[in-house]
Amino acid sequence: MRTPEVTVIDYGVGNLLSVRRGLEHCGANVSLTSNPKVIYAAHKVVLPGVGAFPNAMDALKKFDLIQVIQEFARANKPLLAICLGMQLLMDESDEFEITPGLGLIPGRVVAVPNQTVSGEKQKIPHIGWNSLYPISSPDGWVGTLLQENLLGDAAYFVHSFMVEPTNQINRVADTIYGGHRISAVIAKDNITGCQFHPEKSGEVGLKILRRFIAQ
Amino acid sequence: MTNLRLLARLDVKGPNLIKGINLEGLRIIGPPNEFAKRYYFQGADELLYMDCVASLYGRNHLSEIIKVAAEDIFIPITVGGGIRSIEDTMHILRSGADKVAINTAAVADPKIVSDIARRFGSQCMVISVEAKKIGEGYWEVYTHNGRERTGLNVLDWTKLCVSNGAGEILLTSVDREGTRKGFDVELIKAVSSAVNVPVIASGGMGKPGDLLSVVSEGGADAVAMADILHYNRAEIGDIRIVAEKAGLGVRHYENT
Repeated sequence: MRTPEVTVIDYGVGNLLSVRRGLEHCGANVSLTSNPKVIYAAHKVVLPGVGAFPNAMDALKKFDLIQVIQEFARANKPLLAICLGMQLLMDESDEFEITPGLGLIPGRVVAVPNQTVSGEKQKIPHIGWNSLYPISSPDGWVGTLLQENLLGDAAYFVHSFMVEPTNQINRVADTIYGGHRISAVIAKDNITGCQFHPEKSGEVGLKILRRFIAQ
Repeated sequence: MTNLRLLARLDVKGPNLIKGINLEGLRIIGPPNEFAKRYYFQGADELLYMDCVASLYGRNHLSEIIKVAAEDIFIPITVGGGIRSIEDTMHILRSGADKVAINTAAVADPKIVSDIARRFGSQCMVISVEAKKIGEGYWEVYTHNGRERTGLNVLDWTKLCVSNGAGEILLTSVDREGTRKGFDVELIKAVSSAVNVPVIASGGMGKPGDLLSVVSEGGADAVAMADILHYNRAEIGDIRIVAEKAGLGVRHYENT
């Protein structure tokens, strides 16, 4: 069997080594690139990201990557977007100023509430291990990248903003912070976004990466 | 409130995992990555590597050890000891670390905290504070593993670092470190109630039950453990169960 190829988009933000190591550990042959032609021709693409939304969109623009990511996703090939990468999939973000995103999944990016549902102050960013819950039925994960995961599996989050998908159907898993439901995984056709870091979430995250590689 | 994080702390000197008392009198424990992997599989939530002689010589030797660790350890890794610049930070992040812990360099020039936070994000910038009790409700910041005084008040110092962009505080009690006498709950409480970023309590965990008061009374968001794990007095799984039974939220972890 051929080794699965995964292309990680390198647009100068964040530490790509961990993503690369995680994918390699799960059996992928990984290449990092900022070349639009290479990305367009890739089989599977990972869009990572750490930092602020406007900076990341600027960086994608600078490397001339916006259109190619949109075309790649519309060609129905597997795209996995991680952390800030997931937020970039949306229509727009509130971070600092309203900035348009890639528009691949309808919805917005807003700040994580700094109060719990009962009105107590809560720490921002949301940092640490938190559990994943399905949106509706427990078998809601069949056919998604979470297919091998169990209800309540914990993953490692570090973020101050969160996505609010317009359509319920795009929500795969939520986590709960201060009583608020926060989108942890979203998906639309071939596109999946994880708010947490699967490459830093131990076996729980590796299951997701394996599933992505096997797609 | 997020789940309490259980961190395994690995103090490293050259190629060896070591452990001292009050950050001094270091003893060799073994190869750091063997222990790191053991703690990963036991369900540690994060790993913390500290190069404990780096600041004496002004460099960090950990990058090679971290590179190897990052090949098969998939949880967050923080590295501290001798990191003095944006370049050092970049180098250690490229070796596989997710966050850096800064102590001596920040005391020398507090601007490094904002430089790192701006460049890599606050989530990456952990301020490491070695605190020694001087009087009632008063702790002084030390550097060089509790050897050098700075004259800084821990509360003022941590507030300044947070306003400069530090995303977490690693708070080590020099008085309790390696003593197995339990955490300095007062110290942790004083700092955690003064700042709005997570506080990692470090120094003094002698038995699993020691974490209960530092979390419930002290307000710690995470606890760093060394001695108790290195000498196998408890495994992380045992500690997780103790926390769970006391009603503290911890990560759901299944040993697979």
